[in-house]
Amino acid sequence: MNFPLVRCIKEDGNMVDPSLKEKISEELVKKFYFHMKRIRAFDRSAKNLQRQGRLGTYAMYEGQEAAQVGSALALDTMDWMLPTYRDHGALLTHGAEMMRVLLYWNGRMEGSFHPGKRIFPPAVPIATQLPHAVGTAWAEVRKGTNNACLVYFGDGATSEGDFHEGLNFASVLKSPVVFFNQNNGYAISVPVYKQMNSESIVQKSVAYGIPGIRVDGNDIVAVYFETQKALERAKKGEGPTLIEAVTQRFGAHTTADDPSKYRDQEEVERQREHVDPIRRLERFMHKHGFENETWIKETEKAIETEIQEAIMEMENFPKAEIEDIFDHVFEIMPRSIVEQKNEYMEWIRGEKV
Amino acid sequence: MSLISANKKNKTNDFALGQKNITMVQAITDALDVMLERDERVMLLGEDIGKNGGVFRATDGLQKKYGEDRVVDTPLSEAGIIGTGVGLAVNGMRPVLEIQFLGFIYPAFEQIATHVTRMRMRTRGELTVPMVIRAPYGAGVRAPEIHSDSTEAYFTHMPGIKVICPSSPYDAKGLLISAMEDPDPVLFMESMRLYRSGKEEVPEGYYKEEIGKGKKVKEGKDVTVITWGAMVKTAKEAADSMENRDIECDVIDVRTLYPLDQDIIADSVQKTGRVVIVHEAHETGGVGNDILSVINKQAFMYLKAPIEKVTGFDVPVPMFSLEDHYLPSAARIQTAIHKVYSF
Ligand SMILES: Cc1ncc(C[n+]2csc(CCOP(=O)(O)OP(=O)(O)O)c2C)c(N)n1
Repeated sequence: MNFPLVRCIKEDGNMVDPSLKEKISEELVKKFYFHMKRIRAFDRSAKNLQRQGRLGTYAMYEGQEAAQVGSALALDTMDWMLPTYRDHGALLTHGAEMMRVLLYWNGRMEGSFHPGKRIFPPAVPIATQLPHAVGTAWAEVRKGTNNACLVYFGDGATSEGDFHEGLNFASVLKSPVVFFNQNNGYAISVPVYKQMNSESIVQKSVAYGIPGIRVDGNDIVAVYFETQKALERAKKGEGPTLIEAVTQRFGAHTTADDPSKYRDQEEVERQREHVDPIRRLERFMHKHGFENETWIKETEKAIETEIQEAIMEMENFPKAEIEDIFDHVFEIMPRSIVEQKNEYMEWIRGEKV
Repeated sequence: MSLISANKKNKTNDFALGQKNITMVQAITDALDVMLERDERVMLLGEDIGKNGGVFRATDGLQKKYGEDRVVDTPLSEAGIIGTGVGLAVNGMRPVLEIQFLGFIYPAFEQIATHVTRMRMRTRGELTVPMVIRAPYGAGVRAPEIHSDSTEAYFTHMPGIKVICPSSPYDAKGLLISAMEDPDPVLFMESMRLYRSGKEEVPEGYYKEEIGKGKKVKEGKDVTVITWGAMVKTAKEAADSMENRDIECDVIDVRTLYPLDQDIIADSVQKTGRVVIVHEAHETGGVGNDILSVINKQAFMYLKAPIEKVTGFDVPVPMFSLEDHYLPSAARIQTAIHKVYSF
């Protein structure tokens, strides 16, 4: 099946079609660069915090920055985002508070939502968020807006029923959804060629009668423009699109995983030279007159400050309240919970004295 | 190709073999290893169980030893794993299916509720589903969201599947081997908290522990404490500390949640007349209520105090910053023991 890999910037930083340069303003390039650097620095800090015991198990996304930033920047603030546990790079780009993202990985409920933002809590059970996106987007149609919905998922997720049900529903209902797949090569230890015999993920769009795009997920320019096109189609009432962004997860599945059990990490490091999305953008900037050392230095410093402040905020965040485990299950607390809460709170107060 | 069939080794416990000092997760690997070796029909299916050896390493080394057609990394689909397992089991294999975390079993709920559990009944035993579903469960290991559920009651409520939850390396191995030889489906719950929390002498080779039989882990005359899985350790700790106050507890690890060992419960309650039931799962609809029914039927006239339950609350297991408040603690159990004792 013919789904050529869409690419704007080659690995060496040259453009596939130089005429595209007109559409790439300096402002846009700076945005790409800033957000990718920002989320990478965040990811590395979070990984270190986990090592120091200051966060719980953490899921890294290093290598997937172009896919996450490129797609997130294509959204309007009124568009919805439905992330997985690995998409907090996209969340941060869509306006989530950094401190809250850290709280999430520190086992705090206050970290799984973003007040005022159109962001779902991270989907932890694989692929379950796809049907949610269909419904969320459909509701926008019923409300007469032209807001759309972007939902993230991995290559492994395509094996779950919810993936297929979500695509079919969206197709039948013409729901304004962009199904954004990050094919990062692995579902924990299982490589994509053992996950499926399909040549690509994007070809599954054919089965549901919706458009599919296979994009170089390490090329932020291509990701951005292709996502934008899919969103435009959605907003014009033309229905859903499946985007497969081909990328790579450089690190472990999470801080609890040991990738040396199933792949050669040195090989991954060697490939990094070609595939690292940030280096690719740097080469592009260098070759096309966008390089600005002073701005880059300032940007790096600003990012570092922001991250340090967010960590401090997270660590100074008021301690978790025990009542929280009871208070948010229902709007009106049923008697069984009222009694359990009262009994436990009384007991713990007695315990403490 | 010859028909695959069970190895006809003699099926008594070979205690003549040596012992080894191992953790619960090692005991589980050992049970799987013993059975893969003995019975060609045994197959392991699951996510990341092959090359990676499972996210908890419960199947470590087994793919290398028995090959990719017997220890299989499946695509990421619980309904696929269990549904395929139904076909394998009906057609003569002995599938052991790993669900990576009990909290992710739900895509397979339909398969379990309507097929795994009913095939025998619908076909009057013409077709059966001798499968084992293994699933790590429970809170207390600072796992991410939704990884910490203890939802055994969804399954004890389904007629047609046995539910086992061991608390020690010895029991885990013996019960898993029994489960793998059972003619009916078994859900085998493995406490993440206990996987590596202690070692115990475990016999090498093949031995079985009986399904449906509880075990006394502490003997006492005053109060009966009934529990299973990760809570056995906590309950035992609470019971031990009650000795300072001259309260002696009978601590029962029921080990199998369906079918329950009514005798061990009745005998103990008839002796003590005072009961504390402990479980990690939510209180409403929990297996603790089934234990209450057993006591009501078998030992009501012996009761000297209302029965106390120390359980998880009727709330989703909180994220890890608060999970210790959700989990029954030794201190809470002590309070309950004291309450029933001094009633
Ligand atoms: C329903 C369900 N089954 C299993 C898991 C355990 N699990 C967590 S991540 C993962 C692999 C997911 O792979 P993929 O969809 O490719 O996304 P990636 O992690 O690579 O971003 C698995 C099996 C889960 N979270 N949910």
